[in-house]
Amino acid sequence: MAIPIKYNLLSIKERWTSTLVAVLSIAGVVAVFIAVLAMAQGFRKTLVASGSPGNALVLRGGASSEMESAVTLEQVKIIGDAPGVARDDTGQPLISPEVVVIAAFPLRSTGTDANVQIRGVSEKALKVRTFVDIVDGKFFSPGLPELVVGINARDNYSGFDLGSTVSFGGRSWRVVGIMASNGSSFDSEMWCDAVVLNQTYKRPENIFQSVTVSLISPDQLEAFKNTLTSDPRLTVSAISERSYYEKQSIMVFTLIEILGFLIASVMGIGAMFGAINTMYSAVSARTREIATLRAIGFRGGTIVASFMLEAVIIAVCGGILGTIIILPIHGNMASTMNWQTFSHLSFAFMITPAIIFQGLGFAAGVGFLGGLFPAYRAARIPVATALRQL
Amino acid sequence: MVSTQPNQSPKALIVLRNVSKRYRRGLETIDVLSQVNLDIDAGEFVAFMGPSGSGKTTLLNLIGGLDVPDNGSIIIAGEEITGFSDSMLTAWRARHVGFVFQLYNLIPVLTAYQNVELPLLLTRLNKKSRKKHVETALSIVGLNDRMHHYPRQLSGGQEQRVAIARAIVSDPTFLLCDEPTGDLDRASANDILDLLQRLVSDYKKTVLMVTHDPMAAGKANAILHLDKGKLNSVSKGLATS
Repeated sequence: MAIPIKYNLLSIKERWTSTLVAVLSIAGVVAVFIAVLAMAQGFRKTLVASGSPGNALVLRGGASSEMESAVTLEQVKIIGDAPGVARDDTGQPLISPEVVVIAAFPLRSTGTDANVQIRGVSEKALKVRTFVDIVDGKFFSPGLPELVVGINARDNYSGFDLGSTVSFGGRSWRVVGIMASNGSSFDSEMWCDAVVLNQTYKRPENIFQSVTVSLISPDQLEAFKNTLTSDPRLTVSAISERSYYEKQSIMVFTLIEILGFLIASVMGIGAMFGAINTMYSAVSARTREIATLRAIGFRGGTIVASFMLEAVIIAVCGGILGTIIILPIHGNMASTMNWQTFSHLSFAFMITPAIIFQGLGFAAGVGFLGGLFPAYRAARIPVATALRQL
Repeated sequence: MVSTQPNQSPKALIVLRNVSKRYRRGLETIDVLSQVNLDIDAGEFVAFMGPSGSGKTTLLNLIGGLDVPDNGSIIIAGEEITGFSDSMLTAWRARHVGFVFQLYNLIPVLTAYQNVELPLLLTRLNKKSRKKHVETALSIVGLNDRMHHYPRQLSGGQEQRVAIARAIVSDPTFLLCDEPTGDLDRASANDILDLLQRLVSDYKKTVLMVTHDPMAAGKANAILHLDKGKLNSVSKGLATS
């Protein structure tokens, strides 16, 4: 039978100073670990939220992002006539041919320039993306150099308050509206009329980079894709808008995760040595107790299990403390470069239950590895000698 | 009956035949025990005496399955333990041996009750049965009213009585006491020795005790003298020398 867990808990309490050192070091590691995962999760959620499940994104065949794509006006018309495309009250297809450019503006926080994605859209953009709301001012007027600015872009960059005028592409633009898109990447963008943006950047007026299509229902996607690929007039491919943004998030998400694991692993090794030290000192201080338990008849394996359990308890306490310390960052805003669009993307840290479990699991792993050698040593104590130790 | 000659008692509980134990210290080999023969019947109270380094504790450790001899055989209750593996010895100790140590060796973070309960955790007894056993053991040593006290809240004599309760709670075949009064004042020592005597007389326990104290040894039925690893004489008892 196992040694009562109370023995471990009370022993931990008895040696609270050395235990506290191990708990704090593991808490620090878990806090960093959770913070990085929360960052990756927030980034991913922001991008994924940009895609509506009922929307399809049409790009030039072979293009992996809007930046590489081109769709002609003739193709836009054919796409709009495809079966499965939702239509408004007047029978017009709910599609938004769009173009994107990158422009640099000074950040409020540092004054240094950072890239903003400016999206030229059609007047149907708000009907295609129903989760985007104008929270202040109005939508732009077609044909005019007017901007609707995402709330994060307004907060992060200087000079984008409602009513202000900004210059890019060799002309002045007036901020006429502020939009909010339920935490998606559009909050970090600025929208304007696609035709005006093409004119400003001296691009052909009948070329767009993508077409966002609102489908009658999400299950129309396959039929819609088949229609486009089988039409000899089109050289385009369609993808679910959500999948497109999911794919966009993978590179940075993976990068942040790998970096996070690397940082946490290096810190974890340090914390593990702290746990090893704590457990070795526990074994050393309790040599006679361990020998007594062995003499009474507790097996070496039971002693190992008891000390491993103790190490894991200490580590999980550290994990819980680290989680509590880092929990307030949930919802806090951060921004990073989206390497698919080369523009800054604002997102909120997102601590999910799964991340907390990962953090606690990481802590338990550190405790397990940290307790392994001291526990083995405890089980190998020469009983006869240790019984007489003062 | 206690005997240091082979084949003296066919009913002996503890039998040692030509038991030797050597330790190596660097290049030097030290014969701690040399060709020891011993027969101890059940119900005996035997004291081992001798100068420091004479091999008393080593002998006790060998009988208690805490160490293994280099030569010879040890047979306890008809079972030869000499060839047992470490895990077999551990299980055997749990069934057959109750240990009492000079420094009591109680677990400081557990109460007297929990300390006494420890050996029972290795049995199949349920919680209710364990409670009954613990209360009985504590009442035998006269500490029923201290069962929820921690070792630091007890005197040395009381701590040793808890240790004795822990040693007897699982009703082992015999008790091994290594200097049980070595850390106690005279009055407490006498209480402990009286308790050990009572365990032998009233509860028919077999007690083997290592001591430096002639007065403590005087409470035993037989005194075995060790010197330089040899059992030299038996005094006070029934056996031959």
